Amino acid sequence: MNYSKPTFNEKYHNFINGKFEAPVDGRFFENTSPIDNKLLAQYPRSNEKDLNLALDAAHAAKDSWGKTSAAERARILHKIADVIQENLVEFAQMDTADNGKSIRETINADIPLAVDHFRYFASVIRAEEGSATELNEHTLSLIIREPLGVVAQIIPWNFPMLMMAWKVAGALAAGNCVILKPAEQTPASATFFAEKTAELLPPGVFNVLHGFGPEIGKPLASSPRVDKVAFTGETTTGQLIMQYASKNLHPVTMELGGKSPNVFFSSIMDHDDEFLDKCIEGAVLFAFNQGEVCTAPSRMLIQEDIYDAFIEKVIDRVKAIKIGDPFDENTMMGAQASNDQYEKILSYIKIGKEEGAEVLVGGEAAKLDGDLANGFYIKPTLLKGHNKMRVFQEEIFGPVVAVCTFKDEAEAIEISNDTMYGLGAGVWTRDAHQAYKVPRAIKAGRVWVNCYHDYPAHAPFGGYKKSGFGRENHLMMLSHYRQTKNMLISYDKNKLGLF
Amino acid sequence: MGEYKRVEITEEAAEVLPGLKEQHGELIFHQSGGCCDGSSPMLLPKEDFYLDDNDILLGEVAGIPFYMSHDQFEYWKHTHLTVDITNGRGASFSLEIPLGKRFLIKSRMLTEEEAKFLNP
Repeated sequence: MNYSKPTFNEKYHNFINGKFEAPVDGRFFENTSPIDNKLLAQYPRSNEKDLNLALDAAHAAKDSWGKTSAAERARILHKIADVIQENLVEFAQMDTADNGKSIRETINADIPLAVDHFRYFASVIRAEEGSATELNEHTLSLIIREPLGVVAQIIPWNFPMLMMAWKVAGALAAGNCVILKPAEQTPASATFFAEKTAELLPPGVFNVLHGFGPEIGKPLASSPRVDKVAFTGETTTGQLIMQYASKNLHPVTMELGGKSPNVFFSSIMDHDDEFLDKCIEGAVLFAFNQGEVCTAPSRMLIQEDIYDAFIEKVIDRVKAIKIGDPFDENTMMGAQASNDQYEKILSYIKIGKEEGAEVLVGGEAAKLDGDLANGFYIKPTLLKGHNKMRVFQEEIFGPVVAVCTFKDEAEAIEISNDTMYGLGAGVWTRDAHQAYKVPRAIKAGRVWVNCYHDYPAHAPFGGYKKSGFGRENHLMMLSHYRQTKNMLISYDKNKLGLF
Repeated sequence: MGEYKRVEITEEAAEVLPGLKEQHGELIFHQSGGCCDGSSPMLLPKEDFYLDDNDILLGEVAGIPFYMSHDQFEYWKHTHLTVDITNGRGASFSLEIPLGKRFLIKSRMLTEEEAKFLNP
């Protein structure tokens, strides 16, 4: 099948109260594609005035939406999933154009997973139950979950559609109204989603505001009229959002990235079989989505006795990565999301070299031809060094992995945990004891054992340490979007006897 | 032994600061970390960001103090930083973003002399 850049309108609007609304002040910004640095479309440069309209709409909708039966909310969420499924190719092309990632990833991962997230949350709310406990023969405690009301969700640009699904599906399932702010680099699929689902959700339940962080992100995050803020991004903005929430005493959840270790133990090379092949792919998954993943396995830890043999195979696999036109389904790695990301990644490769890291492969920009010459492409890069180097400690958010060796289990755990972050980790071994003990010792919210980069809706995802708090996916996410109502009921006809 | 600085700024980056100062008042840089637009410096209104002993002042650039969290600094202290600016559509709450520009950090290793002075 041939894929191509979808046709965009010249201009798009915010989505407020079930309709597309031009920004009040009439200002727009230009959204370009990192594939060729060409203009895709203009999106609203919203401010507080637009926010107030969205807040009014969401507040008007929240009571009736919060009382909608679980059966009805589930029916709607399934319909949303159907609509995404029916438009899968268009959504995939849109995210590829907007973000620069390869079409084979958007077609096979981003969009199908987004569909499944809506189906998962549609399903779990049908099976949920509260609780009724007889505390004594006269006293009944009922626990009932109620929606928070109006929630603000600020999402990143690395998986535009999927990160939206991760946040929105659970929030709607829990009975909340949503005000979503997509990242300014990738506003396209959220707008397309609003268009396709406009008839499915009551007006005001789902709202999209576009624009810049300081102009619309900040007023949204600091508004006393939102009942919760969920944020995925970096640590400084994370702190700011928590400060605003502290003024309002509102709950927040934070997903702030990581520097995830991917640990390869000697036993993986005991046999030359399909599992070893899987391990090699597991090491090369640092290049998935051009490395623009919060959980990217960006530190590769290899047990020293297999280092030479294993890294040779990894380097060969990296060299086979095809960088090119993201719309070509054979392309494995597309463009970095923007020029500033591209510059940042190159600056990290530079300081890595200066710190003494050895470039095992890559280490520079990839120059493509034709229109793609103006896009932002970087060769997948392995830097060999030690864990105190900056390239081992900072999220580069590009196709760059920092490689080091370790002697034994204890050192593997020590290096793995020597980081400010704790989002993801990978452990690869044929040893059953190691496969349990090492993941338990690594301080991270998600430890993949003999796999990596798998994101089922049914498994909770979130960080330890500076990677944030709160979980997304899994039905436990619903608890971050709900109040707990406890009704304590007495069936005793007799008074306490105090007064 | 001379005076050395941990952090400096390019002319291009400094050029946008007076306008932003006029618009937003006193400013600070805070070095971010983590996902997406992390690992980049954020320019924020001074009153907006809560600073305490967990933040280290690395110096001033163009009259604007540059901070970083203590734990992050431990991994950065052997390097010299230059605040630069590039075209780009960054996310985050950093104030230059509406200009279609984004601050970024260019780093190099401290020289032996600099290290002696800055990390005695």
